[in-house]
Order: sequence, then C-alpha cells, then structure tokens
Amino acid sequence: MKISDIKTLLDAKVLCGEEHLDRDVFSACGSDMMSDVLAYVKDQAVLLTGLVNSQVIRTAEMMDMICIVFVRSKKPTDDMIELARESGLVLMNTEKRMYEACGLLYTSGLVGNGVHHE
Amino acid sequence: MSDSLRFHFDVNGQSFTSAGQASVQVKKNLRELGIPAETIRRVSIAMYEGEINMVIHAHGGEADVIVYEDRIEIILADRGPGIPNIELAMKEGYSTAPDNIRSLGFGAGMGLPNMKRYTDDMKIETELGKGTTITMRVNI
Ligand SMILES: Nc1ncnc2c1ncn2[C@@H]1O[C@H](COP(=O)(O)OP(=O)(O)O)[C@@H](O)[C@H]1O
Ligand SMILES: [Mg+2]
Repeated sequence: MKISDIKTLLDAKVLCGEEHLDRDVFSACGSDMMSDVLAYVKDQAVLLTGLVNSQVIRTAEMMDMICIVFVRSKKPTDDMIELARESGLVLMNTEKRMYEACGLLYTSGLVGNGVHHE
Repeated sequence: MSDSLRFHFDVNGQSFTSAGQASVQVKKNLRELGIPAETIRRVSIAMYEGEINMVIHAHGGEADVIVYEDRIEIILADRGPGIPNIELAMKEGYSTAPDNIRSLGFGAGMGLPNMKRYTDDMKIETELGKGTTITMRVNI
C-alpha cells in the first residue's frame, strides 16, 4: 500500500513528509521499545508507536524506515519534526490506539513479517 | 593503499535527547561516500546502540569512525564505570538500565548482542572505574 493509504485508513494527520505520501510500503511494526525495534525489526518501513522522543526518530532513521505513526494522538515536538524532516521521514499521528491501528493496517494487507527471532 | 577517512565526535553524556546525533551524521557521511546501503545500515545500528550505551551507562565519551577501502571501524571510548562482567553484559536481555531509561524505550538488554550481530568483529576493553572502549569492524 501507499503511505497515503495509511493516512486514510487511520484517519491520520500528516506532520511532515507530505511529499513522500505516494511511496510504497509493504510491512510495518508496532512497538514502544526502541531496543526491540533495533534488535528484531528487519525491512519494515513503517513504525507505529506510542512513545514520543527524539530517539524514536533516530531509531527509524537507523533502520531505514520511511514512516512513523504516533498513536493515541501523541504529538512530537517541533525539534523532533525537524529531525524527521532532515531524514526524509513521514510523521503522522492518529487518534486510534496501538491495537486498533495495527489491526486496521494488517487486515488491509500491510503485513508484519521480516521479524526474525534468532 | 592505506587511504582512510576519519570522523570524530564528542558524545554528550548529559543529554538523552541528543544521543545518537553522531550515528545520524555518520549515516549521512557514509551515504555521501557511496557505501552500500546494507553496510551503512549495519554500521549505523551498531554505532547507535553503542552511542546510546555511552550516554545511559557511561556519561558520554568519544566516537571515531574510520573508513578504509575494505572496512569501516567504529571506536567508542568512554570514561564511565566500566563493565564488571563482559560475558553477562553480552547476554540477550541482561540490563542494568533503570526504569526511567526503559520508559524512554531503551534498556531491553539487546544493545551489546545487537552490536555483535551487526558487525564482523567486536572487541570490548574495559577497566572498572576507568572506562570502556568498544572497537567494531564492518567489512565493506
Ligand atoms: N559503555 C558502557 N559502560 C558501562 N556499562 C555498559 C556500557 N555498555 C553496556 N554496559 C553494561 O552492559 C549492559 C548490557 O548492555 P546492552 O546490551 O546495551 O543493554 P541495555 O543498554 O539495554 O542495558 C548494560 O545494562 C550495562 O550494565
Ligand atoms: Mg544498550
């Protein structure tokens, strides 16, 4: 699906990266533990999280992700938005909670595979 | 050929918010050098984990990244408390991070194992009360 489909499905508000909305994404992950994202995620382009700090942006950048969705209407600071803009990331937020947001995307075809437990 | 390129950073141990700045910069620099994306990803993740560790466990320090023709070396040196038991610290899930760090999304005890997994070689030199130097190599 396209990032614009995520926006529509989650009724989300785009905070930056509007120009990348037509990029294709194939899988996503949801986590509040950046440690786990760094350890277990592989090739997921979208991160759904309820955590808001600058390390969320840097973690996504390190993992070559392209979109972060903040659930429960969490709002990043201007500094975080600027950091994301510099890295070419799309940031959005949705009123939906983690479970519902992940479920909506999953059932619409955005899978979670690529996670590898060794 | 011994041509190499060196990037040096001071890692501020006072600020969790700025932790990872050096890794973000290195990622940009390596992209500009045309290093393969998968290699950059391995370097970035390993360095980022190490940089976070320097901030949450060791009051900051210095980071050096040296790009050789066939490999990239990452040297992270701090003057923190040192690591009493390296074997234990390398175990997945082992962490001495306090709860406030966990509420910031870190402290799952996956950093050091992750650094080892993403690099071709990792060496830990540590002395209690003096500090820790971690040297990692990623082949290009
Ligand atoms: N630079 C360091 N200085 C002192 N102790 C460290 C350092 N890096 C790691 N450690 C110790 O090793 C443990 C495991 O590190 P790591 O695997 O990165 O997990 P985490 O950072 O999530 O605790 C840490 O909890 C800490 O006790
Ligand atoms: Mg760590």
